[in-house]
Formats: sequence, C-alpha cells, structure tokens
Amino acid sequence: MKVKYFAWVRERVGKAEETIEPPASVRTVDDLIGWLARRGETYAHAFETPRVIRAAIDHAHVKPDATIAGAREIAFFPPMTGG
Amino acid sequence: MTANVTIRIQEADFDIAREIAALTKARTDIGAVVSFSGICRDSEGDEPIAALTLEHYPEMAEAEIARHAETAMSRWPLTGISVIHRVGRIVPGENIVLVLTASKHRQAAFQAAEFLMDYLKASAPFWKREERPAGTSWVDAHDRDDAAAARWTKS
Repeated sequence: MKVKYFAWVRERVGKAEETIEPPASVRTVDDLIGWLARRGETYAHAFETPRVIRAAIDHAHVKPDATIAGAREIAFFPPMTGG
Repeated sequence: MTANVTIRIQEADFDIAREIAALTKARTDIGAVVSFSGICRDSEGDEPIAALTLEHYPEMAEAEIARHAETAMSRWPLTGISVIHRVGRIVPGENIVLVLTASKHRQAAFQAAEFLMDYLKASAPFWKREERPAGTSWVDAHDRDDAAAARWTKS
C-alpha cells in the first residue's frame, strides 16, 4: 500500500510518500503507526506521540482503530490548521 | 434551478467581487450572499509573522471540502456555495480562504458559511507554517477549532 506523510510528519520521516508491505499482524491504523515507528530513528521521531497523529484511508479521515485491510493509500499528518 | 457549487484550491489570489458575481449570475432567486474571507495576519501573539506557507493533501482536500459542501446543501436551503482555499506562500494582508454561501434568506447563508469555515479549519487537510524572526515553525492546531466544528453535530 502507498503511504503519504504531510507537514511535520513528512519532514520528520524525511519523505513525502513510499510503498510499504506491513506484515499481516498489522491490522489497524494504530498498529501501523507502531510498526512504522520501529522502522528507524526518523520514523520513531515522527510517530513518537501517536495520539497527535491523524490518519486518512483513501482520502477519508479514520480513527486509530480503523482497519487497514484493502486500503490503497494511507496518509499520516498532524492536526489540521487550514482555513 | 440547481445549486451552484464551486470548490477550488489554488496558489493564485482570488477576487471576491468576481466570485460573488459568478455565484449569483443569471439568477433572481437569491436574496442573500454571505462572504467570509480569511486573511494572513502580520503577528501571532507578540511575534511578527513574515509569511505563511500552506501545504495540503490535494486529493483529500477537494474531497473533504466537497463532502462538507454537500452536508451544508442538505442542511440549509442554499442556492450556491463557493469555497476557494489558497496554498503556497502567503504574506500578511493577502487572502487565504474564501467561503461564499447564497440563499433566499440571510439566516441559512450566515449559518452555512459559519458551518463550512468551522469544518474547513478542523478537518480539511491543510497545514500552515509560519515564518517568524527565529525561524519557521508549523502552526499548532487549536482545541477551540475542534470544539467549533463539534457544535454543529449537536442539534
């Protein structure tokens, strides 16, 4: 699946997007955040406070317990500050 | 007549008068247009701001604004909505966002404009970065913005 990062999550990870293949044990958005955080220092820094991270699956907001099964694109970003 | 919904995300500035004219063009059933513009300020608290840079998630931003425009259309008797959100670098005094709502009567237009702005701030995927004397930093989200959006789900 494709993963996209925005704002300071993107800056901390050091890339805007990538393709990942998490193991089957990674079922929810929360699981995926935990899995990503263990991929290295930049990821650990980006995801050090999971509760402030917002997520979207296929362009719609989702909660941390949302399942990632069948997702084409998952995005992680800080709380929004537009308008 | 069908409702006129325009959603644009762009780097360029917009002309409010022209956007209002486009929303009301060839219609005589509109009695009220409410216009909200968000403008870049030159300070945050005591600190001067030289500019804002807005980042966004293009595909989702359009979808999210469209979803809320649809909700507004179903909730109030509107004849039209225009939402324009700028991205890129914006300096103090420049426009950031425009929300226009048109209706037969003012109440629906006022309420829908406020609803759309509250949701734009809380759930449209845009992020502001400020240029301050000490460097650039991402703007922190305010709990009050989430609270402002949440109040529309109560009634």
